[in-house]
Amino acid sequence: MGNEEEMQKIIDYSGREFRYVGTRTVRPDGFDKVTGRANFGADFTANGMLFGAVVRSPHAHAKIKSINVDKALKLDGVKAVITGKDFPKLDVNDKMVGEVVVSYYDMGNNVIAREKVFYDGHAVAAVAATSQEVANAAARLVEVEYDVLKPVMSIAAATKKNAPILHKHVRTGGVEPAPTKASNVANRAEFKLGDVDAAFAKADVIIERDYSTQTVHQGYIEPHACVASTTTDGSVTIWCSSQGQFMVRAYVAKLCGIETSRVKVIPAEIGGGFGGKTVVYLEPLAVMLARKAGRPVKMVMNRAEVLRATGPTSGGIARAKVGAKKDGTLVAGEIELTYEAGAFPGSPVALGCMTGFAPYNLTDVRCVGWDVVVNRPKAAAYRAPGAPVAAFAVESALDELAQALDMDPLELRMKNAATEGTQAPYGVKFGRIGYQETLEAARQHPHWSAPLGPNQGRGIASGFWFNIGGTSSAEVMVNEDGTVIVATGNPDIGGSRASMALMAAEVLGIDVARIKPLVADTESVPFSMLTGGSRVTFATGKAVIEAAQDAVDDMRRRAAKMWDVDIDQVEWENGCAVCIESDQHKPLSIADIARKADKTGGAISGKANINATGAGPGFGTHICDVEVDPETGRVTVLRYTAIQDVGKAIHPSYVEGQLQGGAVQGIGWALNEEYVYDQNGTLRNTGFLDYRVPVASDLPMIDTVLVEVPNPGHPYGVRGVGETPIVPPLAAVANAVSRAANRRLADLPISPPRLLAALSKG
Amino acid sequence: MSDIQFAAPQTVKDAVKCLAGAKGNARVLAGGTDLLVQMRTGRINPSLIVDLKHIPELRSVKRDNGGFRVGAAVSGAELGANAAFKSSWPGVIEALELIGSTQIQGRASLGGNLCNASPAADSVPALIAAGASCTVAGPKGTRTLKVENVATGPGKNALKKGEFIVSLSLPKRAKRSGDAYLRLIPRTEMDIAVVGASVNLTLDAKGVCTAARVALGAVAPTALLVPAAAKALIGTKVDDAALEAMAAACRAVCKPIDDMRGTIEYRTQVAGVLARRAALIALDRARGNA
Amino acid sequence: MSKHHVSTTINGDPTEFLCDTRQTLLDCLRDELNLTGSKEGCGTGDCGACSVMVDGRLVCSCLMLGVEADGRRIDTIEGVASGDTLHPLQRHFLEEAALQCGICTPGFIVAAKALLEHNPNPTETEVRYWLAGNLCRCTGYDKIIKAVMNAAAEMRGA
Repeated sequence: MGNEEEMQKIIDYSGREFRYVGTRTVRPDGFDKVTGRANFGADFTANGMLFGAVVRSPHAHAKIKSINVDKALKLDGVKAVITGKDFPKLDVNDKMVGEVVVSYYDMGNNVIAREKVFYDGHAVAAVAATSQEVANAAARLVEVEYDVLKPVMSIAAATKKNAPILHKHVRTGGVEPAPTKASNVANRAEFKLGDVDAAFAKADVIIERDYSTQTVHQGYIEPHACVASTTTDGSVTIWCSSQGQFMVRAYVAKLCGIETSRVKVIPAEIGGGFGGKTVVYLEPLAVMLARKAGRPVKMVMNRAEVLRATGPTSGGIARAKVGAKKDGTLVAGEIELTYEAGAFPGSPVALGCMTGFAPYNLTDVRCVGWDVVVNRPKAAAYRAPGAPVAAFAVESALDELAQALDMDPLELRMKNAATEGTQAPYGVKFGRIGYQETLEAARQHPHWSAPLGPNQGRGIASGFWFNIGGTSSAEVMVNEDGTVIVATGNPDIGGSRASMALMAAEVLGIDVARIKPLVADTESVPFSMLTGGSRVTFATGKAVIEAAQDAVDDMRRRAAKMWDVDIDQVEWENGCAVCIESDQHKPLSIADIARKADKTGGAISGKANINATGAGPGFGTHICDVEVDPETGRVTVLRYTAIQDVGKAIHPSYVEGQLQGGAVQGIGWALNEEYVYDQNGTLRNTGFLDYRVPVASDLPMIDTVLVEVPNPGHPYGVRGVGETPIVPPLAAVANAVSRAANRRLADLPISPPRLLAALSKG
Repeated sequence: MSDIQFAAPQTVKDAVKCLAGAKGNARVLAGGTDLLVQMRTGRINPSLIVDLKHIPELRSVKRDNGGFRVGAAVSGAELGANAAFKSSWPGVIEALELIGSTQIQGRASLGGNLCNASPAADSVPALIAAGASCTVAGPKGTRTLKVENVATGPGKNALKKGEFIVSLSLPKRAKRSGDAYLRLIPRTEMDIAVVGASVNLTLDAKGVCTAARVALGAVAPTALLVPAAAKALIGTKVDDAALEAMAAACRAVCKPIDDMRGTIEYRTQVAGVLARRAALIALDRARGNA
Repeated sequence: MSKHHVSTTINGDPTEFLCDTRQTLLDCLRDELNLTGSKEGCGTGDCGACSVMVDGRLVCSCLMLGVEADGRRIDTIEGVASGDTLHPLQRHFLEEAALQCGICTPGFIVAAKALLEHNPNPTETEVRYWLAGNLCRCTGYDKIIKAVMNAAAEMRGA
């Protein structure tokens, strides 16, 4: 195991001692997960349950002329059929404007088509029947008449003159004067500091290049699944795996026209999300079918449906331009990003603009982003949405700049690194951040100085993600035996239960084994924003800490009562109430206090409902070594190190896991993953055979270094960690291949045919 | 709807009878790693499935006149565990073992891989290079087919209605012989071959190649035997010049397609590269077998 | 059309069930026998989440018909632990954080168990190639490989 300690380091800049936080405990939900007992979305059954199947468009772009469900309804065993007409009409202006704009009109249209279909696989109808086989057969009997339109499959096709328009009501936002003509360009975003044109004029060296990436999918192994049950009084219960039971409740209520309080969502374990399960697909369909049939309905997607019809992330093109002085000081940076939104507006292009140059101290920078609709599934969040593609362009450009300056790419970044007080391109000034520390850790790491052989190359790249806070609620309930339940409203997608237990343990001063973290349903805990944005350990963790503190304060009050002293005489130490001035009162453990709870006021609990602010951004620096086979264009990843400022690793093993998992998703994105459509807009690779995610034999161990520069906005210094890891790898890999191949690879994925073609160009 | 009949005959005779009596579309089942996938996508809709795995001849591996007779439904995992077969035909084994994952290996068979007739089937070029033939049983009796004549096009084979492969025969191994199979895939496992190349050669005591067979996969509608490539090796010491001539001959016969796995250009180029590399491995094995 | 009556042994227990020809072994395990530990991730044998052992061989249960189980011995994730005693693999997965969302874990444990029965002392490369048919999207495989190798060492008494 000595190897492991070398390779997986923690560098602590706080020096603070914790008792439980930072230890590698066994996660409380682990037993069920290694024995197959844990219930994921598809593992539920309900009495009298029916099975649902979705009718999906085979056309990428078409008007729906008619839908005839007669034959389907006549099939023995079919209990209900629904189409878009069964859903409440939505107003084109119906949106929720928060951190991102959520258009309910688009969401409703995406869940089930109304007048048009916008991608191969777009849901047009759904059936419920007594068996999955009957449901599938019934789905085949639904007759849909289409008026097939020319599909628009790429940014180039969408922005061409006279391109078919997907949505007549979409006008390009963010441009002056406001356009009157419909367009496939939904929005323009811009972020800038200073005067970038003047600054470029001062540069000694300028690098400018175009980059491209393809549509990739989050690739979670668990397909979407749910069971919906309705009662005659209009109440709805949904079991589903999602990244937020409250999100599911809100969206289902909205799209189905039901009062929020009538919808109960019970979270199943979730088999991967990465942002792709922050939206609903099946749940509204299952609810409407359950209503019509008067019986619970189970719906499970197959893998082809997942790939065809659930949000991948945007493919895009990027132009990056960087300018520097001879000594490597960056003077100006510019990116123009164009992302595919998929069928409805809303790609994360603005986030790409905000994050691309964030690791660097630039006073003159301009980032412009275009959001373009195409006949592909509506893009959904994928781990640091928008950032990986922007970072790919910026970090590749910096690598090329380093080559042009004959400078070590690590030193180039060191020289220009953002620090506390640096203003990010989107305007905010950074507080205490740990980017430089990640570069320093990279410089010290044996990987950086290891020798390379023939056909081998090394790439380095950095990345940034904001991380968010948001609304979270927690309740800490003390049982009569002194054990504790910690209830929160966030699905556990990566081991967060363990972290909640550790943070509660730290406050309560008791062993983690005496704490049971619970992911509660929407009727058992107050509202919590979804699991995403790298927010749970930070925001829900903060709520847990505050709720645990609230429980501690309650227990101090009880102890004061039991001792008949003032509460300011009672402190909390090592899991016990301690009387400050008197030896006469022995410390009372939680169990002691709980046993007397009835007599001191009733059950003991603490709670916290917060909107957490103070989230700290995360920076990462990755090093990648590859070997290229010059005769076949195959790339082998030889070695990979992921370094990140994680604030404070509550459970280091799961933090390391986030770095490793995100890095590998990025490696897949860089080398082999892409959506392949034919000229009719039909998706060709609808399975894991040809949608090529990395397999175990493709990879080496992923070494990690956790740099802990505490976030002052969290009691324990926590920063979100989940998203940053996917931001650097695209460029880390591309830079490595570029150096091994002695030419710049700017188009992803760098699959063997593409690389061999590039190598043949001489 | 799901009224698919299922039968599990215990003898070849019974299987033939069963298939002959089938109304509609009957399919035989060995490992099922192609059949079940195709049923799921609706590409195949059989009315009868005949499980051949209870028939001893299809499940055994026997020595036969110095060669081997391998039951058509023997799984990759089983054949790979047969030390004698593996030492005679390491190229066939490595080809078979490249099909899918360990889980697929637990079920996939040479017979199935051959009859499924994917142009990219991994075991087929190796079987062709080995000079294998198969015994086919059917309503009109048994016949023999050379492996290179089984596939007739993508997803199409030369078997007539009611016929199935009972076993594959590999000839006696000459001294100083070696075979090898290589494939190009973008990842390290789990992909369909973008290009496959198999070389089987025999050397004399002086190290001169006296016999060779070269086969390519995934570069034409069916796997190809490339006589011109073999000719380039025979009579030589398999030096660089011979290898380059062989590679050129391989490139010349390629008739691949552009698809989401590779381009025409790419497949053609790499066919030559892989054939050369496979030849070197086969050469090494032939020398080791002296 | 009547269903097939299948008599099999599952995790050592004699078990019977009815199924249509079309139902895969995975369908039967999950829908007829309520053994939902084996998961469907793809239905095409590409992800390994449905891994089970049939007569001691590791297979994808989504690529086998339920009716084929007749007369065979099936071992699933539910039979890996002995009562409430976890198998060393399960324990190492927990101790070494070799799972995040956990959906692929049953498949990996069954596959890794098969590996160690076949080869008690695998190298890292051998472990990676044996497990290439098991996809994980959360962990990047690193901790899974380490857990398997450490469990192997423990089982060897090393």
